[in-house]
Amino acid sequence: MEIPKSFLGYKRENGRAGTRNHVIILPVDDISNACAEAVANNIKGTIALPHSYGRLQFGADLELHFRTMIGTGSNPNVAAVIVIGIEPKWTKRIVDGIAKTGKPVEGFHIERTGDIGTVMKASKKAQEFVMWASEKQREECPISDLWISVKCGESDTTSGLAANPTVGNLMDKLEPLGVHLCFGETSELTGAEKVCATRGATKEASDKFMKTWSAYNDFILKEATDDLSESQPTAGNIAGGLTTIEEKAFGNFQKIGNCKFVDVLEPAEEPKKGKGLYFMDTSSAAAECVTLQAAAGFNIHLFPTGQGNIVGNPIEPVIKLTANPLTVKGMGEHIDCDVSKILSREMNMSQAGDELIKTTLRVANGRLTCAEALGHREFVMTKLYRSA
Amino acid sequence: MATDIIIHDQKDNVGVVVIEKIIPKQDCKCWIMENDSSVNIQSLNEIPLGHKIAMVDLKEGDTILKYGHDIGKVVKSIKKGEHVHVHNVKTKKW
Repeated sequence: MEIPKSFLGYKRENGRAGTRNHVIILPVDDISNACAEAVANNIKGTIALPHSYGRLQFGADLELHFRTMIGTGSNPNVAAVIVIGIEPKWTKRIVDGIAKTGKPVEGFHIERTGDIGTVMKASKKAQEFVMWASEKQREECPISDLWISVKCGESDTTSGLAANPTVGNLMDKLEPLGVHLCFGETSELTGAEKVCATRGATKEASDKFMKTWSAYNDFILKEATDDLSESQPTAGNIAGGLTTIEEKAFGNFQKIGNCKFVDVLEPAEEPKKGKGLYFMDTSSAAAECVTLQAAAGFNIHLFPTGQGNIVGNPIEPVIKLTANPLTVKGMGEHIDCDVSKILSREMNMSQAGDELIKTTLRVANGRLTCAEALGHREFVMTKLYRSA
Repeated sequence: MATDIIIHDQKDNVGVVVIEKIIPKQDCKCWIMENDSSVNIQSLNEIPLGHKIAMVDLKEGDTILKYGHDIGKVVKSIKKGEHVHVHNVKTKKW
């Protein structure tokens, strides 16, 4: 198959391109959710991104909170942003961070005004933003403007046999065209960590990966009460035939094909070394991982599943693929790309990779994903430790 | 072309059932992806889609190989053709 060299995206002020054109209402903290949701309810076409944190955090955990907030607002799938927080200082810090992209952004704080007054002021601005954004047109963008993140979930053995290698096949075909790629799931590489480390493009990248993996593994060993048999693999993984974390890890690892990673990113850190594959230090919980990848600027997500994970994200479209015929049959409304014919040998891996590329481009051009149509907007902040 | 079991790597001592289930005493066709070759095996248990079958006799302490790599240890001996899962294999990590 000849791979299309372009897609129809929204060109942004900073030179990036979006696959979506969202106007978001971003609460700085948990207690500003009500206000943000009221604004989104008032002004049609906007989305509120409620979440659970943002108060009394400190140190690296607070930095991650700001990086996730600013990164989410800065993502090219977002046209404009309303930021609402309880206090002016942290609200302004997030507004200033997003403003560096050149996109419209305005902040409101609730103290001294209350919810009702803030909702009124913020709604007026949100209406202005959404009407402005509604006139933006899709334009032809080079395929290298795609930043593709990947994460698998509710995996079973069909993930490692077929769905994950299909993503790997797509990576092998799109990497030479200059796209950015990202995989994560630090803990779910356990057992395959030494093999994964050999995929660093440089010794520095390999060493950084091993250091990152070891730190995560030490944390798990410290917090685990006996073993992780209730968590890793999950009950769904085990029902699907996965027996150990090592087996899950080697299946997981198939997603990167033959690519090598150029750098290791902190959670929600924007890649700065140009095109190619990046590893990001993330949890393996689906919504946490996708939220971090979206905050790093990735504009389209590929999510292979075995038993049928249903996760979505408010700003980054999440494309589901599966090779499990029972999942296609039982919950087809969640599956964007069916590659189950690999198991019956009616489809080879290259054909499956081509199918996934076609689906990816259709979604990049505007086709809704199943998760978008079903209203999945899981926005889950990663928290490193307790607040002060 | 149709296959009942797929084996990732020639070195693997387990295969994965890729039809809805296999039943005891079923003569199964297995396809080895790595070198595109075929072998046959007779199953001893009912094994559902996605679950593993032992391609050889395995004893306690043996290593399970899948993708050509170590994915855990045998904790209860397994006969060729038997179901391989959490009841007879455990992680070497965690």
